[in-house]
Amino acid sequence: MKDRAGPLILCLAVLTLLLFLLSMLTGPAALDIGTSLSAIVTGNDEAIALVMREIRLPRALLGLMIGASLGLSGAALQGHLRNPLAEPALLGVSASASLGAVIALYTGLSLVFPLALPLMALVGAGLAVLVVQALAGRGSGTLTIILAGIAVSSFAAAMTSLALNLSPNPFAAMEIVYWLLGSLTDRSMLHVQLSAPFMLLGCLMLLGLGRSLDALTLGPDAAASMGIDTGRVQFVAVAGTALAVGAATAVAGAIGFVGLVVPHILRPLVGSQPSRLLPASALGGASMLLLADVLVRVIAPGKDLKLGVLTALVGAPFFLWLVFRTRRAML
Amino acid sequence: MSLLKLTDLGVSLGPRPILHGIDLSVSRGELVGLIGPNGAGKSTLIRSVFGLVPSVGEIAIDGRPARRLPLRERARLVALLPQEREIGWAISVEKLVALGRTPHTGFFAAAGAHDRAVVERAIRRMELDALRQRPVTELSGGEKARVLIARALAQDAPLLIADEPTAGLDPAHQIALMQSLADIAADGSAVIASLHDLGLAARWCTRLVLLDKGRIVADGPPGEVLTAERLRSVYGIEAHIEQTPQGLVLQPMAATRQG
Repeated sequence: MKDRAGPLILCLAVLTLLLFLLSMLTGPAALDIGTSLSAIVTGNDEAIALVMREIRLPRALLGLMIGASLGLSGAALQGHLRNPLAEPALLGVSASASLGAVIALYTGLSLVFPLALPLMALVGAGLAVLVVQALAGRGSGTLTIILAGIAVSSFAAAMTSLALNLSPNPFAAMEIVYWLLGSLTDRSMLHVQLSAPFMLLGCLMLLGLGRSLDALTLGPDAAASMGIDTGRVQFVAVAGTALAVGAATAVAGAIGFVGLVVPHILRPLVGSQPSRLLPASALGGASMLLLADVLVRVIAPGKDLKLGVLTALVGAPFFLWLVFRTRRAML
Repeated sequence: MSLLKLTDLGVSLGPRPILHGIDLSVSRGELVGLIGPNGAGKSTLIRSVFGLVPSVGEIAIDGRPARRLPLRERARLVALLPQEREIGWAISVEKLVALGRTPHTGFFAAAGAHDRAVVERAIRRMELDALRQRPVTELSGGEKARVLIARALAQDAPLLIADEPTAGLDPAHQIALMQSLADIAADGSAVIASLHDLGLAARWCTRLVLLDKGRIVADGPPGEVLTAERLRSVYGIEAHIEQTPQGLVLQPMAATRQG
């Protein structure tokens, strides 16, 4: 087990950058590389600059930040709960953010005031984390957090179903369903400005947990004896995930499997150390989401294939393969 | 001055008292064996020192009230080998032992030459040199136990508290471990170890503290604590006890009561 975390993180950073550029160059308007990239900086050709700045740049930026948020919070939660099956959705944050958005759609608030949707989603995520923290208590065991998260998730999912059930017309129901599938299509710079501060703050909080998560490898008692405030670690892990994933869900809908699969793939490559896995998973998540968002545009142009559908479609079989491989390793 | 001083320490879980009226003072150079039957309160006593269970009474570490001590500072004074031995991730032996330096290294600072030297000493002391690159999850139970002890040693605290450090070790490694703990104590640190093996406790500890039903019922040199009468009343066993030129030998022979 040679230490390969440094070079790996560098490779992932380069890959993320390349996929970011690729995302900028993918779209229905066929623009060549030189003019489109120069237009974004100089703004010379107004039409091209408009496409690049107002359509593709926010989409690529959101792909980058949302992917990083999902990958990072997956790695942080797995490290905190010491469980490779933990993922951001486990805390009920995604389901509650979705519920907030669905309420905005259902009440028609989002028609009157477009930003009501992401704002309501953020409120939903915030409420979820308050309830989970209150239920779980400070420094309690990981089992109570998981149970509290499941309870909140189930409740939010039930309320979402209720909204669908009672939706005034089929179009409203369709709109809700499409939103729930998760997508980066037609997001504007306003969405970036709204969600970026939350995602950045959440990611910074989670990245700061590295040392504590390393110590938690030995269990909560040993970590506490090494000077780690385990109650604070739990608060930061839950709040950081809520900020990052709540904001991500608020602008893009629920995108599954990235937070679960990315840390899984990268863990053996960084020698399993949680502190190394955090930055690697942030970059890996960003790469995966940018790639998926390029693929939805290339595979079915004009069909509006939803991003969340693609990640689940690729993620689920991959996860099955992981389970199969784990079982074989245990035999 | 004593490294650890407990005064009238009590712990209750709900209405049920687990420990009461515990007075204990441990100084440098001592290897204290914490003994007593299952459920006597050994682990609770250990966990209360680290604030892992709520307690009443006074806990002083190196003369300072433990509950007001900043966590990192406390971690430089007392190391813990907890009973829980489950390791979350498949990190390498070397990296796991180096986790013991956590309270000594800054947030951004990399481990310095001194940190590496302490880690190397712990690895050598526990004979882990050949295993250092192996993932800990692939080790045998005994190897894992030695890695976890090395991790606690790497914390380099003057007081080491170990909850059943010999559990899961074969006789040779049990003896090697007790020898290491005795060496550490002889070097001027203090060690408190909860032990179930009375033979090891009798042979290696400088002092034994016998707990029964949440109270200290005896405290002193092994020869004074381990009397046939006490073993009968506290443990419910008959034991062969003999003073030999190599030290005290104790072998439990028969149970006089069940449970």
